[in-house]
Amino acid sequence: MTRVVGNIIHSSKEYICVMQLHSPVPEERLREVLEEFTGVIYQRPPLRSSVKRALRKKRINEIELLEYSGKYALLRIDCEAGTYMRKLCWDVGLVLGVGAHMRELRRIRTGPFHEDKNLVRMHDVAMALIRLRHEGKEDLLRKVILPGEYSVCHIPKVVVRDSAVESIVHGASLAVPGIVMVQDTVKKDSTVAMLTGKGELIGLGLAEMDAETIIQSEKGIAVKPKRVIMEPGIYPRMWRRQGQDNQ
Amino acid sequence: MDIDLTQKGRDFINTINEFCGYKANWLIKIDEPTSPEWGWLPYERPLEKYIEYGVINLDKPPGPTSHEVVAWIKKMFNIKRAGHGGTLEP
Repeated sequence: MTRVVGNIIHSSKEYICVMQLHSPVPEERLREVLEEFTGVIYQRPPLRSSVKRALRKKRINEIELLEYSGKYALLRIDCEAGTYMRKLCWDVGLVLGVGAHMRELRRIRTGPFHEDKNLVRMHDVAMALIRLRHEGKEDLLRKVILPGEYSVCHIPKVVVRDSAVESIVHGASLAVPGIVMVQDTVKKDSTVAMLTGKGELIGLGLAEMDAETIIQSEKGIAVKPKRVIMEPGIYPRMWRRQGQDNQ
Repeated sequence: MDIDLTQKGRDFINTINEFCGYKANWLIKIDEPTSPEWGWLPYERPLEKYIEYGVINLDKPPGPTSHEVVAWIKKMFNIKRAGHGGTLEP
């Protein structure tokens, strides 16, 4: 599951941010500038950052001005992963001509995981483990932990036949005859999540066909695996020999 | 083969779709049921597997870094492998 989390890091994020302006500006002017920062922006990562400090393009999907007092602006920002909020505040200040910096920040969403849904605190985890270790009850722990499949909920999906699962786990491509059903959002060259009929995540792959083509075809490669999550041995080996995967 | 199990599997997949408001139609290729002989419905994995294939949407307290929090979680669970979905700042 650690491997699929890498993919989640690269999905979109949402923040609540307090920006402090060094001099007040009219609210209308602030709104105009925030509008300018919506869409594709150029951003140079800050001095203290974990990436190469080259100017790069980042997509800001939405900036909502929630409150404004003249000194502080409360913002909700929906953006691409790797966008620096501290830098965004600084740059907004530059364009406004008065200067600004980030005062407080909270991330409220990473990919599909929103703070409003299934958010747990450290002590919830501790309590769940105590319950298991002292009372032998799994109930709290099963509430605190979600099946990892939740982390791919926003990715187009394909359901794989039992007989083809183990071959994908061993790195084979998913061929058309190995498919039970496919979401109509599957597009050629985009990422798809491969699931078993029980809903278990096998792995992520790159679609070689659109959903429509999969339905109309009798054979051919439908998905090339990129990251396999499932361990070997859960499903049976059913292919006959090398080069004849997925029957 | 198990029709009821297959339905439960599809219900689970629809549950995760709804979790993030993902809307799409299913196109059926072959209506083949899944077998109870192997694998598990994700919520019915034995605890060890449930943890191994699980995620926690954790409210990180301000102060400790994400890496520190991951290290605590690993220690609490006595596991080697765990990751996190992102940091605010390095």
